[in-house]
Amino acid sequence: MTEKKFELAMKDLENIVENLEEGNLSLEDSMAAFEEGMKLAKFCSQKLEEAEKKVSLLVRESNGKHSKIPFELEDITKSE
Amino acid sequence: MEEYNQQPDVYSVSQLTNEIRSLLEEQLDFIWLEGEISNFRSPVSGHYYMTLKDQKSQIRAVMFRLQARYLRFVPENGMKVLAQGRVSVYAPRGEYQIKLDYLEPLGSGDLALAFEQLKQKLALKGVFDQDKKQSLPFLPQKVAVITSPTGAAIRDFLKVLYQRFANIEIIVVPVKVQGDNASSEMIEAIELVNRNLEVDVIILTRGGGSLEDLWAFNDEKLALAIRGSFIPVISAVGHEIDITISDMAADVRAPTPSAAAELLVFEKEILIKNLFQLEKRLTATIRSQLNNQAITVEHLSKRLKDPRKDMEDTLLRLDDLHGRLVRTMGNNMSGLRTRLEAGEQRLRVSSPYQTILLSGQHIKLIRKRMIMVMSRLVKDKLHTLTLLEKRAIDLSPLSILSRGYSITRKLPEKKVIRRARDIEKGDRFQILLSKGIIEGRVEKSDSEASFDK
Repeated sequence: MTEKKFELAMKDLENIVENLEEGNLSLEDSMAAFEEGMKLAKFCSQKLEEAEKKVSLLVRESNGKHSKIPFELEDITKSE
Repeated sequence: MEEYNQQPDVYSVSQLTNEIRSLLEEQLDFIWLEGEISNFRSPVSGHYYMTLKDQKSQIRAVMFRLQARYLRFVPENGMKVLAQGRVSVYAPRGEYQIKLDYLEPLGSGDLALAFEQLKQKLALKGVFDQDKKQSLPFLPQKVAVITSPTGAAIRDFLKVLYQRFANIEIIVVPVKVQGDNASSEMIEAIELVNRNLEVDVIILTRGGGSLEDLWAFNDEKLALAIRGSFIPVISAVGHEIDITISDMAADVRAPTPSAAAELLVFEKEILIKNLFQLEKRLTATIRSQLNNQAITVEHLSKRLKDPRKDMEDTLLRLDDLHGRLVRTMGNNMSGLRTRLEAGEQRLRVSSPYQTILLSGQHIKLIRKRMIMVMSRLVKDKLHTLTLLEKRAIDLSPLSILSRGYSITRKLPEKKVIRRARDIEKGDRFQILLSKGIIEGRVEKSDSEASFDK
């Protein structure tokens, strides 16, 4: 669903940009199209940035259940 | 020679067989043998029976279940193999054969062969079928990585994600990726993730290693677990050249752990780039459009005359004209005035009054001078006259007459006659004497006569 919505938004945005670029719109329509385009762009970039940046390690506890603990790699940005 | 002739030994069959057996089994206890497999069969017992042959000979061979278990491939007829074993004699049938401890395919090696065999088997089962593969979810946000938490793979993988600033939640599911139980741990992990974790993608990964190191990924059950996963699986095992059964069973194969990470962010990066481009075009277009509109408005407003402006202009013009008029008039007037004044001046200068005045003065002066001159003249003349009177008195004809002279005048003209020819015969004349007058008529007039005669 998210994909559909996102793809539609991107497609709409593309159409709006192309329409605008053709330059056949009145100033009012241009402004309306621009605002709509900016809305769509905001929506799309929100979708793209939605996920959380987090790394955790799944560990099995003594009761057999699993839980997540933060996962750190000290040398992640250092040597190979 | 002689000893044989002396005492020929007679063996029983068993004795001979035993003798042969001990000879063969002692001498040929550990041998390497090269040959081609034929007549291969594997009954329920799990033992492998086959014949090893070359172009001229053949030998029976058996590999018991205990050893066969460790074989990674299944022997096939026609396969050229290197075998290691010992020759053994089966006394009941008087047959000898070779009991195999180890068998490997010639040329490609056993793992390669086993790989090929498993690949064929799974392919037949449809495990690798393209139409069974799930596509990766759109913009995965949560990903389970099944791998060793201490290996190079997870480091490489995370490193790429860090570099790309990817907003993705990663859950590392720790497993052994090498050695005993590695396969079963990975299978368990796949099942665990499917059961308990709501992730968009599973990544099964391991860093590079030898074929042996990667062997856990060439496992039939693991392949089936991957195929059975409801969550799409990316398999990224070893280096680019290493292809495992897991890779083939997975929905997507990534050549390396880093590549798996790139796969996750690739689409997103393209989308972000596209979005950025669209946004840029959007703002650039509207900006240029607004600019154009502004320019048009400017042009139009330039062309559009504001009546007030017009009026102002007119007023200004009027003012200007008025000013010019006044100035011109003023100039003209003052010019005229100047001219008038000049004229007046000239007039004044050339006024007869002045002349009259001057003339009057002049006249006075002249009169004065005239009077002066006249009086002097008169005085002089009087003087002269006095003198002349005196002289006149002296020269008076009367006085002359008194001395005897007379004056003759022609009548009636009373013209004094000085010469004879002034008067002709018959003309009347008058002679003035000192006392009295005589009148007469000419008798004779001789112009030639003189006193001398």
